Amino acid sequence: MAGRGVTWLGTPTFPKAARTALADTQLRTNLRNATTTIRGKRAGAVAELPDWEPLRRAGEAIKDEVLANLDTYLERLEAAVTARGGVVHWARDAAEANAIVLRLTREAGADEVVKVKSMATAEIGLNEALAEGGVHAVETDLAELIVQLGEDRPSHILVPAIHRNRSEIREIFRREMPGVDQDITDEPRELAEAARKHLRQKFLTAKVAVSGANFAVADSGSVVVVESEGNGRMCLTLPETLITVMGIEKLVPTWSDLEVFLQLLPRSSTAERMNPYTSVWTGVAPGDGPKNFHLVLLDNGRTDTLADTVGRQALRCIRCSACLNVCPVYERTGGAAYGSVYPGPIGAILTPQLLGEDVDEQAKSLPYASSLCGACFEVCPVRIDIPEVLVHLRAEAVESKSKAAPEAAAMSALAWAMGNPRRWAAAQKAAGVGRLLSRGGRISGLPWPGSRWTASRDLPAPPKETFRAWWRRTRG
Amino acid sequence: MALFATCVTDTLYPRTGQAVVRLLERLGCEVDFPEAQTCCGQMHYNTGYPRHATALAGDYERIFAEYDAVVAPSGSCVGMVREIYPKLLGSARAASYSHELSEFLVDVLGVTDVGAYFPHRVTYHPTCHSLRMLKVGDRPQRLLRAVRGLELVELPEAESCCGFGGTFAIKNSDTSSAMLADKISGITRTGAEVLTAGDNSCLMHIGGGLSRLRAGVNPVHLAEILSSTEEEPWQAVA
Repeated sequence: MAGRGVTWLGTPTFPKAARTALADTQLRTNLRNATTTIRGKRAGAVAELPDWEPLRRAGEAIKDEVLANLDTYLERLEAAVTARGGVVHWARDAAEANAIVLRLTREAGADEVVKVKSMATAEIGLNEALAEGGVHAVETDLAELIVQLGEDRPSHILVPAIHRNRSEIREIFRREMPGVDQDITDEPRELAEAARKHLRQKFLTAKVAVSGANFAVADSGSVVVVESEGNGRMCLTLPETLITVMGIEKLVPTWSDLEVFLQLLPRSSTAERMNPYTSVWTGVAPGDGPKNFHLVLLDNGRTDTLADTVGRQALRCIRCSACLNVCPVYERTGGAAYGSVYPGPIGAILTPQLLGEDVDEQAKSLPYASSLCGACFEVCPVRIDIPEVLVHLRAEAVESKSKAAPEAAAMSALAWAMGNPRRWAAAQKAAGVGRLLSRGGRISGLPWPGSRWTASRDLPAPPKETFRAWWRRTRG
Repeated sequence: MALFATCVTDTLYPRTGQAVVRLLERLGCEVDFPEAQTCCGQMHYNTGYPRHATALAGDYERIFAEYDAVVAPSGSCVGMVREIYPKLLGSARAASYSHELSEFLVDVLGVTDVGAYFPHRVTYHPTCHSLRMLKVGDRPQRLLRAVRGLELVELPEAESCCGFGGTFAIKNSDTSSAMLADKISGITRTGAEVLTAGDNSCLMHIGGGLSRLRAGVNPVHLAEILSSTEEEPWQAVA
């Protein structure tokens, strides 16, 4: 695995991957139905709270305060976890984090771990790394299980199998789930029951569980996982050893700060007033829950991201996925086109930043995968100005490219013409030659790169007289 | 007051600029068009060329500084001036005197009935920047409802982006076209003869799709509807 993980190696750039995804009409239908439904529900759940805007501002302020003093809070967390009998490990990148988890699993004498759905472990490719070390990781979140059994990739942060409908899920279960009733129907109840039976066996035999963390409280050393199914709680309480992999930005200073996020997160993500299961654990407690607790604090590009004054706001993200559900680009292409464990608008700004110097052409294409419509910023519960960061990352990409690149040359020429009204009028006159290409007032075919426009759209023929020419003729 | 025509309207849609002049003069404003103006720089900024955009922002601030108010027939360009110029220039001066057309009519002039006449079935697309950057709200609809003869029909999924996004339409042409196809399907379902919006760039995109499909729906800028009267009615381009 290369450096920091995050992206799926060998995936094409966004425009290419999008073309493939757009051609899949079943995928588009599944996505459209799912995002439209959840969008409507979220809007309703948010509208119930009269103080939603102040809550967003509070969430933003708490996270910014944490990011500004991250070193202090992390040391406070480490001290509190250690004092309560937990062990804290520091991992600079994906390889270090994976090695720590593998070593701890082996020390516990296990060759199988049960997993709570976690973005951090997906980011570092933990399952693959464990498999290489002879340890099988079992996803217990229903959607993650569907993706895992289907040898598929998650398409959404919160709803990894959003791109699958229930008849597709039935087929995956029949094919891949050992001992499943081959007459199973695609009724959600039957599918859930099959998964329940399959997972129960795993919960009762696993010695080691691996989780992520939604939040950690620096003052008390408490770690928090919020979820909807209860599978996570089974993992967090039954096995002897619990290993939590947590991005270093997941901190909140105090227990009372948590209150803000436990309101923001469920309404933004699942449109629920309160999430069904909130599990909190603090170190270890004799006779109750895991005997050993390990907390792996993962950097993997986060301190580099923190150094960027515009881009660092991405680290406020609480992985609610509201931005995915409102994004018109995501709605058409799905998550796989982003080639990263973090898809959608937040993925488009988080992925290239986490990769830092490892960024490749694929990750560089992500900041352009947006029409900058602003819907993501509007719904973000911690007010990440995603369009601002997208544009900032585009500027960085431009800086790293040659000034002689065709686009840079065109932009410079245009800016030069626009810098002076006489030059601009001359440029408009030149553009008027476009009339020669038109038929019946429209232009339907242009050479490359204009062909990318005219593939599906006409252009109006430039008028005989520009506005400024009209003004000069009639008023000047 | 001054008109900021925007580069797209100036170059491709002079009728919109003329409509703004006619409308504002009818409402008693003295309109000037400072000829030194060119472009707000949004395309440069959004494509990753902030230095070019900053130069154009500086020009804008200088050119319009002497006027009481600047009005532009574009939510997107005014969004650029209001939201981005303060970041680029470190000054909110240009933002303070710049208005999008519907804002200027409703908030500054205090009118919703501008005396217009437009006997057509119309649907309105709230462009992303008008909607989310400027938050113009229902000002355009209030203006449209007061137009005599006009039947306003609601656009399904009105608030979803048409897929223009400047260079996005070129760089991610396939995704942009898929977004456009859904927008057009919503428009044709309304049975409207005219699609209106407060931004010619979005209308160019949607209009380009409508034209390709020979959909029989005419894209018309809000200013052209509001400037239309019984004496001087709007006429389709020949």
